[in-house]
Amino acid sequence: MERKIQVQEEIFDLRSEYDHLRSVSLKVGAVVTFTGTVRDLNEDESVQALHLEHYPGMTERELDKIIDEAAERWDVIAATVIHRVGDLYPGDEIVFVGMASQHRGDAFAACSFVMDYLKIRATFWKKEKTDEGERWLTTRESDETAADAWGKSQ
Amino acid sequence: MTVKIVFFASLREALGVDSVDLQISGSSSVSALISQLADQHLPEWLEILTAENIRIAVNQDMINEDVGVIDGDEVAFFPPVTGG
Repeated sequence: MERKIQVQEEIFDLRSEYDHLRSVSLKVGAVVTFTGTVRDLNEDESVQALHLEHYPGMTERELDKIIDEAAERWDVIAATVIHRVGDLYPGDEIVFVGMASQHRGDAFAACSFVMDYLKIRATFWKKEKTDEGERWLTTRESDETAADAWGKSQ
Repeated sequence: MTVKIVFFASLREALGVDSVDLQISGSSSVSALISQLADQHLPEWLEILTAENIRIAVNQDMINEDVGVIDGDEVAFFPPVTGG
């Protein structure tokens, strides 16, 4: 399986990431991509900016393990996860997950699975800058529930 | 013998430091490290580092129970993750 994991400050280019996933093998029949973007409103407060920090090394290891688990469950020919860190603003692209499989069912499921586990396992932390000041985000219970729905992971 | 302790996000801000090199004698455990850190810094560290939602990783693997640590290990303390 082809895999690409990047944690970076720079923006990413959707077209080139898609092209990479598609071009890995002629067996690829489905490419599913997810892009997360920064919203300007969270918990009824206007968000001016986000600052993202992470645990260099551990973040990449966790993402690697999550991709391994997805590849055990579904047919995955190529996987890409890109997550941005540093200062981000409403409308910015923050995370990209792309999965290439022979058939769409595997690509859809693997993409959703990787995103759900990224939310609860990958060592990133967000700090919001709002009109009221700065605050660290806390984990949403719905994120835990989404990951739990896949059953016990190893 | 030295263990590197690292802190992230709100925990780093609460403690006012991002990493500490801790001298240990022989082998130790994560729980012993926490007591040692509180002794060497501020008593409040004990409460902060043992708060219910604090996650701990040893050599970049999450742990769910107390484990032993040895010279050269890296122990990380952090709040629940909020990426994506």
